[in-house]
Amino acid sequence: MFYREVGDFKTTYAADSQTFPIAFDRVRYYFVLIVAVLLVPFLIDDYWSNAVFVPLLVWSVAAIGLNILTGYCGQISLGTGGFMAVGAYACYKLSTEFPDLNIVFCILISGAITAAVGMLFGLPSLRIKGFYLAVATLAAQFFLVWLFNKVPWFYNYSASGQITMPERTIFGLAVTGPNVEPWAQYLICLAFVFGLAWAARNLTRGSLGRQWMAIRDMDIAAEIIGVDPLRAKLSAFAVSSFYVGVAGALYFSVYLGAVEVTEAFGINQSFLVLFMIIIGGLGSIFGSLVGAAFMVLLPIVLRNILTRGLNWDTALATHVEFMVVGCLIMFFLIAEPHGLAQLWNIAKQKLRLWPFPH
Amino acid sequence: MNSSGSGQKAIEAPLMDIRNISLRFGGVVALEGVSFDIAEGEIRAIIGPNGAGKSSMLNVINGFYTPQLGEIWYEGRRRGSIKPHNIARQGIARTFQNIALFEGMSALDNILCGRVTLVRSGFWKQLLWWGPAEREETEHRERVEQIIDFLEIQAIRKTPVGQLPYGLQKRVELGRALAAEPKLLLLDEPMAGMNNEEKEDMCRFVLDVGDELGTTIVLIEHDMGVVMDLADRVVVMDHGELIADGVPQEIMNNQDVIDAYLGVAH
Amino acid sequence: MQQLLYLTEVSLNGLTTGVLYALVALGYVLIFKSSGVFNYAQGVMVLFAALTLVGLQRGQVPFAHLWTAVFGTHTYLFGWNLPAVVAIVMTLGVMVLLAILVERLVLKHLINQHPIVLFMATIGLAYFLEGFGDLMWGSDVKRLDIGLPVGISETIESFTAATFGYGVFVDRLDLFAGLVAAALVFALTVWLKHSQLGRTLRAVADDHQAALSVGISLRLVWVLVWSTAGFVALVAGVMWGAKSGVQFSLSLIALKALPVLMLGGFTSIRGAIVGGLIIGVGEKLFDFLMGPIIGGATESWFAYVLALVFLMFRPQGLYGEKIIERV
Repeated sequence: MFYREVGDFKTTYAADSQTFPIAFDRVRYYFVLIVAVLLVPFLIDDYWSNAVFVPLLVWSVAAIGLNILTGYCGQISLGTGGFMAVGAYACYKLSTEFPDLNIVFCILISGAITAAVGMLFGLPSLRIKGFYLAVATLAAQFFLVWLFNKVPWFYNYSASGQITMPERTIFGLAVTGPNVEPWAQYLICLAFVFGLAWAARNLTRGSLGRQWMAIRDMDIAAEIIGVDPLRAKLSAFAVSSFYVGVAGALYFSVYLGAVEVTEAFGINQSFLVLFMIIIGGLGSIFGSLVGAAFMVLLPIVLRNILTRGLNWDTALATHVEFMVVGCLIMFFLIAEPHGLAQLWNIAKQKLRLWPFPH
Repeated sequence: MNSSGSGQKAIEAPLMDIRNISLRFGGVVALEGVSFDIAEGEIRAIIGPNGAGKSSMLNVINGFYTPQLGEIWYEGRRRGSIKPHNIARQGIARTFQNIALFEGMSALDNILCGRVTLVRSGFWKQLLWWGPAEREETEHRERVEQIIDFLEIQAIRKTPVGQLPYGLQKRVELGRALAAEPKLLLLDEPMAGMNNEEKEDMCRFVLDVGDELGTTIVLIEHDMGVVMDLADRVVVMDHGELIADGVPQEIMNNQDVIDAYLGVAH
Repeated sequence: MQQLLYLTEVSLNGLTTGVLYALVALGYVLIFKSSGVFNYAQGVMVLFAALTLVGLQRGQVPFAHLWTAVFGTHTYLFGWNLPAVVAIVMTLGVMVLLAILVERLVLKHLINQHPIVLFMATIGLAYFLEGFGDLMWGSDVKRLDIGLPVGISETIESFTAATFGYGVFVDRLDLFAGLVAAALVFALTVWLKHSQLGRTLRAVADDHQAALSVGISLRLVWVLVWSTAGFVALVAGVMWGAKSGVQFSLSLIALKALPVLMLGGFTSIRGAIVGGLIIGVGEKLFDFLMGPIIGGATESWFAYVLALVFLMFRPQGLYGEKIIERV
């Protein structure tokens, strides 16, 4: 009834290509934004921040990043964990070597460094395609983790091999370190997600995004109509790695505070992000956010039911979690390869006609 | 239907001169010493039996295959070894025998893709979107909408191309090639697998492109009626070699051509 | 001389690890070659097969922990020990059942999908199997013992000691694994090349739709291929298990089969073997020579980087079919 495009005429091409062409969508989007900025920070406590909101936001950034590479440009990567590690260690080195550097710049530069590393490991994509490339990105994963584990310079020769984030502030407010308030953690992550999601949307709706998708759908035809495959693929690797690097930096500095590389950035993290975009929706920014939320919430819900509700031991619950995740991946690939985002779109299509579908 | 097929257009300095092209895949000879020219503004047809090397010739022209021998002169300059995407930038666009659309995108986005060589906004402007990038996007959209009007595909502009019927896909693909505003347009069997009505539509589009936009067209086609009506000049190929070159009238009476098509013992 | 012999021993060691890589890789090649599916779950299938074998042999109650949690049964063992042969046959049955289920529930619905989609689906399968295997048999490390020859081969040691004055240690199990691998490869090659079924398999790999249209039952073929891959997985699992115990954390080592494949070429059985040996020896030698200089534990990434660098120059791998691009 409310969800209508009737009467919502577009008179310019600009208006036709906006992100939320339907008025109701725009209103809802602003509503979500207002709740996220003005309401949540006042209600959030340690548990919700640490277990739900902050990881959700951090993984969202990583998922957008991988989605740009895999969903939009069609280059599958299993090296996400390794690239997150680059972001995290870059952030650590920058913040310890340059204590006066603002944390925001620190995180952004970490992203840029990751982008450079990503481009380097993206070079083979010019010759290697499909799952050959997927396996090649495993090289990045294992090599990078080994590097940060074995070269003491990266962890400032600390005895434990861990890296620990010192306290950093924005406008006098601690956002990293042990004294950080939950709402400050939440807000800085939210700001990054908002800015980066907006930038990703801009990049993917314009010419560059079309070049990526052209490469994804048919690389030879793309080249013949004038897409430079080198630039298209490397730019996808660079942008994607930037996002993943920022996610890694946030994951380490704001969320965990201290990490050990093999644990925090192992191959399981690579798969986790891949699952987020499969379940959320390949080739959709919104899907990345939904997928991240889904994969963060699923284990929490499962564990609450199994360990709290049924009193199972945690090992058992973990096994069940693996099975459920695996089944979901297969289910989504079979039933709806474009994931939750597409289900949402279909629901909206139905809603447009509701309650008179004929 | 026929308005310009009589070969009356002035044949000026060639837009493209193809000299002695030979192309091999391992031991297989795809093209052997093929030479012909393409004049500015004409419709040049390439005909020949299956496997004659017609599509290979197009692939050489747009740089997807690199010939072992021979030269290609384009706009008065010899073309060195050059990547396909740069050839597209020089104003050569094409359609494919087996449709090569971007299946995950809408018809509109596919045609917009065709304008990739004309995009000026760099990375940072696109990232920011507001201002220059958005204005430019609107410009491109306006040009693309003109093409959509021209090809009469307004109703399907937001449909994913994978869902479109064959005839419409062919049209969208032509639209994508036109969107690049090419000087030279290569059409690889644009009417294959179409019924008569669709063929007539497509013929009209091809003629209009030539007449209204002044685009030079190279056309591969099996339907002789279509070729004789549309083309200004015709190249006939068989077994990778050029066997005849001339205006449609000459070709129809050429003994070699008749032999090649009817299959005379060699 | 001593150094050289030591180097030889390291290489030999690598060679035997390489045989194990090759055994795992063989399963991937088999499924890829004959159904065009890149089955990421093959590594997990190896472990699943080994776990099932151990579980059946020792008379473990499947899902014991689950029953305990739900019904409070606390029964973990049936209290019998099955003979190895019986357990192996039963495990094979389980692997065939798995193949049928995978076909029914997953592959059937993904016919004609993009290969990448199938690949990602098998990642899902790998996750499921890992959870399922742990749930079924418990996640502790298990020892696999079906009476294979183990220990240092004294013949070789005394022979080399007498000839070169340095006893080279070679595990008898490794020798046995080499023999088994050779026999398996021979049998598979003959089978794929010369049987009607082999031809059918290759037809399916080439083009699903075309194979369907000439009346090949895709579903039956897939069940067959996955069963065979299950069998290869069992063989590989037995070798791995006897060498280093069975646990899902081993699936990371099984992942090494991937660079082996890239090096050898996805479609070549010979490639899997040669690739496996090159990587097995390569990573041992590299770690032996370079490890002390750059920090050691290079085995975690060497295989991948080697494959990556190699592919830059030869994208189809050593023995893979050359990729010809067409428009």
